[in-house]
Amino acid sequence: MLPIEVSQLRKNYGDLKAVDGISFTVKEGEVFGLLGPNGAGKTTTIEIMEGLRERDGGDVKVLGLDPWKKGYELHKKIGVIPQEFTFFEKTTPREAIIYYADLFNIKVDPDQILKDVLLEESTKTYFDELSGGQKRKTGLALSLVNSPELLFLDEPTTGLDPNARRAIWEVIRNLKAKGKTIILTTHYLDEAQQLSDRVAIMDHGHIVAMGTTSEIIQKHGSGERLTIQGTQKLADYIKTNTELQVDYDKTRGEIVIPLQKKIDALAGLAAAEQSGLEWGQIQTRQDSLDDVFVKLVSEPAGEQGEMAVEQKPKKKGLF
Amino acid sequence: MVSAKRIYSDFKVYSRGYLRNKFGLFFGLIFPVILIMIFGAIFSGGGSGTINVYAQNQDAGLEVSGQVLNYSTQYLEAINFTGTLKVITVDNSLNFTEYMSKNSIENGLIVPEDFTASYVMHQPVNVTVYTNPSGSTGGTVLGIVGAINNQFNLGAFNGTTIISTTQETVGAQESYIDFLVPGLIGFAILVNPMFSLVEISSIYKKNKLFKQLSLTPLTKMEWLIAKILWYIVLSSASFLLMAAVGIALFGANITLTVWLIPFLFLGPMLFASLGMLVGTITNLLRLPGVIGNAVTFPMMFLSGTFFPIAFMPEYLQTFAHVLPLFYVVEGLNNVMVYQNYMGAAVDLAVIGVITLVIFVLAVKLFKWRED
Ligand SMILES: Nc1ncnc2c1ncn2[C@@H]1O[C@H](COP(=O)(O)OP(=O)(O)O)[C@@H](O)[C@H]1O
Ligand SMILES: [Mg+2]
Repeated sequence: MLPIEVSQLRKNYGDLKAVDGISFTVKEGEVFGLLGPNGAGKTTTIEIMEGLRERDGGDVKVLGLDPWKKGYELHKKIGVIPQEFTFFEKTTPREAIIYYADLFNIKVDPDQILKDVLLEESTKTYFDELSGGQKRKTGLALSLVNSPELLFLDEPTTGLDPNARRAIWEVIRNLKAKGKTIILTTHYLDEAQQLSDRVAIMDHGHIVAMGTTSEIIQKHGSGERLTIQGTQKLADYIKTNTELQVDYDKTRGEIVIPLQKKIDALAGLAAAEQSGLEWGQIQTRQDSLDDVFVKLVSEPAGEQGEMAVEQKPKKKGLF
Repeated sequence: MVSAKRIYSDFKVYSRGYLRNKFGLFFGLIFPVILIMIFGAIFSGGGSGTINVYAQNQDAGLEVSGQVLNYSTQYLEAINFTGTLKVITVDNSLNFTEYMSKNSIENGLIVPEDFTASYVMHQPVNVTVYTNPSGSTGGTVLGIVGAINNQFNLGAFNGTTIISTTQETVGAQESYIDFLVPGLIGFAILVNPMFSLVEISSIYKKNKLFKQLSLTPLTKMEWLIAKILWYIVLSSASFLLMAAVGIALFGANITLTVWLIPFLFLGPMLFASLGMLVGTITNLLRLPGVIGNAVTFPMMFLSGTFFPIAFMPEYLQTFAHVLPLFYVVEGLNNVMVYQNYMGAAVDLAVIGVITLVIFVLAVKLFKWRED
C-alpha cells in the first residue's frame, strides 16, 4: 500500500475548477513537492489529502483511509502544518507541545522535539512574540508530537528570510533522513529542487509536469545549446559555412546554436574564428527548472517576483 | 467519547492565555466591579439633596355644611415645604406596598381615609411611614414627618397628640444597590462569554485555528465545554468580587446561598453557547460581524441589569421576557433579594431548557473543517 494515492481528484468553488482531475501517488520515505504559482490549487489539494476539505470527485486514499470520512482516525497518524500556521497568542512553544501531547494522550519529551526543530532558544517566548521562522518551527514541532510517518507541509517557508528558510530546510532534510514521507507545497523553485525527490508542477488545477527535476527538464526543456555573443552577420556566416542550425536572438545580440552532439560546438566556434568577425562571450546552457517552469506555467501568478529563485540559472563554461 | 483529560488540557491552555492577556482580564474581572462602584456611588448618594417620599393620600375629606374640608393636602404640602423631603403622590388605585417593592422605593407615606375626619373630631389618627432599614434616608424621613405631626398637633390642639406615626419597614430589598449587584452579576455572566465566543468563532476561522485543532483528537464539544468551564470560573470570581464590593462599600443587603451555584453554572454555559451559535451563523451566512452586538446589546440593557425592568414601558417589559438574560437576572434577584426560591426554581428551569437547546445547536452547527 502506498501512503498516498490520488486519482482524478476534482474540487470546484462555484464555477472555479480549483483542482481539475489530478492523479499521483507518493511512495514511502519520499519527499514529494507540489510546485506551482499562487492559486494553482496546491492548498486545496493538500487539504483534501489532510481531510480538512471535502473533495467533489475522484479517489483519495491516505494511509489507506478516505481522509474526509475517516479524518478523526487519520489525524492521529499524520502531521500537518497548514499554510500560514498560527497558534494561540499567549502560549509558548513548549506549552503548545505539552498541550498537543495531552490531547494525543502520549508522553513526549518537549525539549527533544524543540531540539529537533532547532527551537531550543525561544521556548519561553509567547507565540505572538516569536519571529516568522520560529512560528513555523513551532508548527513543525506540533506536527511531530504524535510521531507521524507522514507529514504535510503547506508552504513551510513562504515569507521567511533566507536564513530562516535554510533552517527549515535543514529540519525537513533531517526528517527525510529519518525516513518520513513528506508532502510539501511551495512556489519556490529552489525549495522544490532542494528538498523533493519528485515534483509535480501544478497550474490552474492541473498537473502540467511530474517526475524528478532532471526528468522534467529532459522532457519539457530544450536540449543543450551554444550561445555566442555577436552580430547577425556572424550568425549568417556560421550558418552558411557549417551544417548547424543557427538562430539569432536580436534583443540579446546572441547567436544560439542547438547542439545535437557536444562536438557540434567546436564546429560552430571554428567557423566563428574563421569569419574574422568580432565575437564576445560564449557559453553552453541547458534549460533549468525555472526555464521549464516559465514555459509550462501559463501566467506565473501575476506577481513575477513571487517566483523567486535564489540561485542563478546554472551556467557551464565550455573552455 | 468525551474525554475529561482533553477538556482539562484545553481549559488549561485557554485559561492561561486569558490570564496572560491583561486587556481581557480587565474587562472580564475588573470592569464589572468598576460598574458597581460607579452606579453604587451615583445612586446610593446618602443625605445630600432632597429625599423622595412616595405618598398615597387615601383621605376622603369631611363635608361640613356643604364644604369639603381636606387637611391631608395641607399636611403633605407642609412636608414638601421643608425642602428636605419631596412628596410624590401615588395614585389611590394602586396597591401601595406592591408599588413600592416593584419600583424599589425607599420611603413611603400613607395618609389614612379618616385623616380629616379624625383631625376635626380630635380623634387620634396614624399616618404610616415606610422606610428601608438598609437605606440611609429613613431616619431623616421619620424625623421630618414627626416634626410636621407636632406642628399640626400643636397648632390646632395645644399639644394634644392627635396625629402620630406608625412606622413600617419595607423589605430590605428596596435599596437600589441590592438590585444592582444581581443585575451586574448577570451583566458579567452575559458579556464575558458572549463577546469572547463571538470573537473566537470569527478569529479562529480566519486564522485557521479551528482547522489546526481538528487535526488533534480534541472534539469540538470538548473544546466548547472547556471554554464554558473557564467562563464559569471567571463568572464565579467576578461574582465574589462584586458581591464583596456591593456589601462592603454600599451595604448591599443580599442573600448568598447555594441557590446561586446553578445560576453561576448555567449562565456562562448559556452565553458561551449562544456566542458560539451567533458567531457560527454569522460566518455561515457571511453576515457582518456586528450581528453579535445586535444580539448582545439589547439583552445587556433590557434584562434588568442596570435597573429593574418595572422602570421600563410596558412593551419593553414584555420584550424582556424573550431575552434569556432576563431569567438569569430575575433568578438572581429571586435568590439574592427576595429569597423567593420557588420563583428562582422556575427561572432555573427556563434557563436550563434554553441552555440545553442552544448548547446542542452550537455544537451541531459549528464546523472545525470546511466542505
Ligand atoms: N474556500 C475557498 N472558496 C473559494 N475559492 C477558493 C477557496 N479556497 C481556494 N479558492 C480558490 O481556489 C484556487 C486555488 O486556491 P489554492 O488551493 O489555495 O491555491 P494555492 O495553494 O496553489 O495558492 C484559487 O483561485 C483560490 O482563490
Ligand atoms: Mg496555498
